[in-house]
Amino acid sequence: MQAVKRLTLPLTKEAMRDLSVGDMVRLDGDMLVFRDAGHKRLYQSILDGKQAFEYKGETIYFMGPCPAREGEVLGSAGPTTSCRMDKYTPFMLDNGLSAQIGKGKRDGACIEAFKRNGCVYFAAIGGAGAIYSKCIQKAEVLYFEDLGTEAVRRITVKDFPAVVAVDSKGNSIY
Amino acid sequence: MIKIDTAYIAKRIKLAIDKISCEVEPACRQALRDACEREENPTAKFALGVMNDNIDLAIAEHRPVCQDTGMTVVFLEIGKEVILVGKLLQDAIDEAIEEAYVTLRKSVLDPVTRINTKTNTPAVVHTSYAEGENIKVEIMLKGFGSENMSKVYLLNPAQGLEEAKRLIVETAAVAGSNPCPPVILGVGLGGTLEKAALMSKHALFRKVGSSNPDMQLDMLEKQLLSEINALGIGAQGFGGKTSALGVFIEKYPTHISSLPVAVNVLCHCARSDEFIIEGRKEGEICKL
Repeated sequence: MQAVKRLTLPLTKEAMRDLSVGDMVRLDGDMLVFRDAGHKRLYQSILDGKQAFEYKGETIYFMGPCPAREGEVLGSAGPTTSCRMDKYTPFMLDNGLSAQIGKGKRDGACIEAFKRNGCVYFAAIGGAGAIYSKCIQKAEVLYFEDLGTEAVRRITVKDFPAVVAVDSKGNSIY
Repeated sequence: MIKIDTAYIAKRIKLAIDKISCEVEPACRQALRDACEREENPTAKFALGVMNDNIDLAIAEHRPVCQDTGMTVVFLEIGKEVILVGKLLQDAIDEAIEEAYVTLRKSVLDPVTRINTKTNTPAVVHTSYAEGENIKVEIMLKGFGSENMSKVYLLNPAQGLEEAKRLIVETAAVAGSNPCPPVILGVGLGGTLEKAALMSKHALFRKVGSSNPDMQLDMLEKQLLSEINALGIGAQGFGGKTSALGVFIEKYPTHISSLPVAVNVLCHCARSDEFIIEGRKEGEICKL
């Protein structure tokens, strides 16, 4: 059985170079969390010349959580389908985004952009919402609070299970 | 006749949502355990291990299995001796959903403005009528990672069943990793465009591992399941032996000009339940 690698976010370019497609990892550290509506609004703000917030050096997790129940930092918190964010991804990687986490395959332009920038895409385990909720140690809404579950959050995770789905050499697991 | 208050149906629906949001339908859960046991691809085995641990944790701590607690789909088969009293059925069910979703994710919004209804309402409610004094309720919390991968085709008769089979397998292949495989496919064959789609949704209430009482459809289901598993998509699209847990088909007569085929994709977190409201026990006997 292949060993599970433990990594701390944000990843350096060197650390990303050492990862290969299919590597099983546990992630610790900080992520930005947002999905469809957050990406659309951020992208529009950039087009309008008034970028809503900075994402350079960040790891983005495509996720919209359930509300927190008693004793929880955040409710269930598994990944959503990444291909809906493909439209924005090459631009964001070319402008300093570090890594992305979601589920499912990416298009050719995204894979090229991961390769070009030496970045990686992790697949989290779709449907495993309760497990991911347990991994979250801190969570706060940063921007777009009106979007509810689709607001932009920062979370701190520990032991977050994922698989390298696109590596910095442009290999894809799918 | 039997009087049943729609508020009572709504109360039962709320209880069902509280339960099924935090578990996976038992036959599906067992099939996932078996798939993990059988799996030899290390990445797929890792994924299945996390998926099974997640279901165990969700049940033990009563947390939503998946953050996509879905759009609520309800099928009601109403006995013809039943008279519904109280609020309109849709309104009563929507009130139950609003209450049930306080601690679940509100994913429902206006398709034009994209403004969230903030209550996860409305539900999608389908009613039909049957003999008797009872109401059969089937309820599903349908996630859209899988719903988005679903398809409807209107084939011509020359294309026939062979093309239908090819497209069903292709739907699973194109969906690939997106719908959180291993998936369950509901298939509607025949009828009209909306009848095929409705059957494809309803077929998803079949229990994983169950046989189709129609021998010909049963053989077709088994053949399609084996072809889909041979695609090698595997758990989460990481490869391996199990890409689908079941293919379930419903059919209905169709027009001489067409062969409608609907394929509804369900993720591995099948959150569904069915129950009977017994008119004589839970309703009130009345004279017309």
